[in-house]
Amino acid sequence: MRHYEVTFIVDPLLSSDEIKGTATNYVEHLTNQGANVTHVDEMGLRQLAYQIMKRNSGQYFSIEFSYENGSLIPNLELALQRDGRIMRFLTVALDKHGVQFNEDKRKGKVGHVREEELAKQAALEEKEQEEKEQEEKEPAETVKASTDKEPAPQDKNQDSEE
Amino acid sequence: MASRDDIKFLSNPKIGQKKKKYCRFTKYNLKYVDYKDPDFLKGFLNEQGKLLPRRITGNSLKWQRRVSRAVKRSRHLAMLPYVSDQFK
Repeated sequence: MRHYEVTFIVDPLLSSDEIKGTATNYVEHLTNQGANVTHVDEMGLRQLAYQIMKRNSGQYFSIEFSYENGSLIPNLELALQRDGRIMRFLTVALDKHGVQFNEDKRKGKVGHVREEELAKQAALEEKEQEEKEQEEKEPAETVKASTDKEPAPQDKNQDSEE
Repeated sequence: MASRDDIKFLSNPKIGQKKKKYCRFTKYNLKYVDYKDPDFLKGFLNEQGKLLPRRITGNSLKWQRRVSRAVKRSRHLAMLPYVSDQFK
């Protein structure tokens, strides 16, 4: 199995449905040919560093997939080239470190964490906190007992440090 | 004519305090340069968007090659400029 990643820029002037449609179109194209699509990254609207097709911004997408060999890539690139909605594309072969990096990035271990993902995490944490608060309200006695136990091991740690 | 107060040091006082350059990839055990992360790659470019030489960034040869490849990919995807006057 070899791992590949195709990144492309979609014309931002299309409607949002059309933009998402182009991405799903290529995911289907890949799955139909037998590739295993591991992840579709919607990188969103970005400002371009220079004009392409007289546009100053573009919708970025990145599809990570794996296949036995690179035989389906010429087909994919031909389709991308013929597509008027695609402004620019780049297909890259990933080594094992690249695959690992992308996995870690999805988990938020490396690289910049995007605002949307931060918002998601914050929402999750809030939910957890609410649940905790509810738990604390219901079995108040057990919580107190646990707080009483806590200081003892801390003292032991301090002793060992000294 | 410079007055005597302007000439404080006969030799550069910073000599001897200079920190040794290091390759940040080998030091922090990074395994991959992401071409989709222009903010990270900016650290290896000058104000015109040109690649900085190894003698300034301190990269090892192996990682300088990978950085340069990542920058070129990033330029193709319009995440970094090919030419720019006021970059950064």
